[in-house]
Amino acid sequence: MAGENQTVSDYIVHHLTNLTYGKLPEGYERYDGSIVADGGAWVMAHGGTEAAAMGFTAIHVDSMVWSIGLGIVFSWMFYSVAKKASSGVPSGFVNAIEMIVQFVDNTVRDTFHGRNPLIAPLSLTIFVWIFLMNLMDLVPVDLVPELLMLLGVEYQKIVPSTDPNITFGLSIGVLILILYYSIKVKGFGFAKELALNPFNHPLFIPVNLFMEIVGLLAKPFSLALRLFGNMYAGEMIFILIAALFSAGLAWMVPAGFLQIGWAIFHILVITLQAFIFMVLTIVYLSMAHEDH
Amino acid sequence: MNINLTLIGQVIAFFGFVWFCMKFVWPPIIAAMHEREKKIADGLAAADRASHDLELAQEKALERLKEAKHEASGIVDSANKRANQIVEEAKVAAKTEAERVKASAQAEIDQETNRAREALRSQVAALTMAGAEKVLGATIDHDAHADLVEKLAAEL
Repeated sequence: MAGENQTVSDYIVHHLTNLTYGKLPEGYERYDGSIVADGGAWVMAHGGTEAAAMGFTAIHVDSMVWSIGLGIVFSWMFYSVAKKASSGVPSGFVNAIEMIVQFVDNTVRDTFHGRNPLIAPLSLTIFVWIFLMNLMDLVPVDLVPELLMLLGVEYQKIVPSTDPNITFGLSIGVLILILYYSIKVKGFGFAKELALNPFNHPLFIPVNLFMEIVGLLAKPFSLALRLFGNMYAGEMIFILIAALFSAGLAWMVPAGFLQIGWAIFHILVITLQAFIFMVLTIVYLSMAHEDH
Repeated sequence: MNINLTLIGQVIAFFGFVWFCMKFVWPPIIAAMHEREKKIADGLAAADRASHDLELAQEKALERLKEAKHEASGIVDSANKRANQIVEEAKVAAKTEAERVKASAQAEIDQETNRAREALRSQVAALTMAGAEKVLGATIDHDAHADLVEKLAAEL
């Protein structure tokens, strides 16, 4: 743990703070008493309050780096197999990758009945990428932050899916695809669907519009919040267990067992969450393709 | 837990990775898998066909074998018959040859007998003449008594 006189709540807050780079508004008093000059300043935030003061003009460097890094890991893994893909006898790594591809392909086939070359690769990307992001949860919570602390990086959250920006980023991507395909497949029918469902009467158009738009927006919200909630809670419990280690020697053994137990249980959770995100994406896009 | 530019960054990254997967990852893998599936299906079908062919060939071979056995037994039968026939023919030929040889021997014997008899007869005539001469002490006129002697000889 960092620092000698750190309390448990400090420890937890430290673990839940992103490494944020952003623009502080002018006139803001920084942690060391200096005042931000006119026009604001792009700096690394020092602590949660500064990050909050940055508002929207900030970026979570750790979330971004880990998310894109894991995306690149996913792309590289599958691309290396795709390059040497042949109809010959597969072995080892190729087999494992093909099993995942087969699994995703079957799931898409079962759920999505239209013809769209985007759906299957989209599902594969979502499934593997989210799985890898969730997998970071199984890395001991202190390992990477402490190592980076030695290098002078103050904050580090290595599980991108515990950052609502990341989960909402994914679900907004899905929402954009839902809107795109709804309009592409149904055309004007999509507007009619929004306006005349469920009460097919001109008088009810405002009511229908309200309900349908809420329904539409609920999709990305539920996707993002479900993933975020599960991962955030899981991460929180890992942090609490880690904090338990510092409660004295007597707590070491039960904390160890808790750690192992939660980690094993979490293997299930991270896979399940990735799978749920993928399946719901397929279902939503399938609904977008259905023309009544 | 602030919503900020990370959101936009993640949306961009999302589309980037989906695009990459759709362009370079999914098509080759799925194509290779389908091709392999087809290959395996073809292989299985070929194996089925081959085993069927094998069955047919075995049946045919069995039939051919039966035919050959039948033919062979026919050949043996006819050979036996022919052998018997040859034996019979040989027997008949031998018998007739024996008859012929016997007949010719008989004829020869008869001929020899007759010849001996003739010789004997002529000698008997001469002897008789000589005896009579001795008895009578006189020469007998051969021509005069020739008839007589001839008659005698004929009686022998």
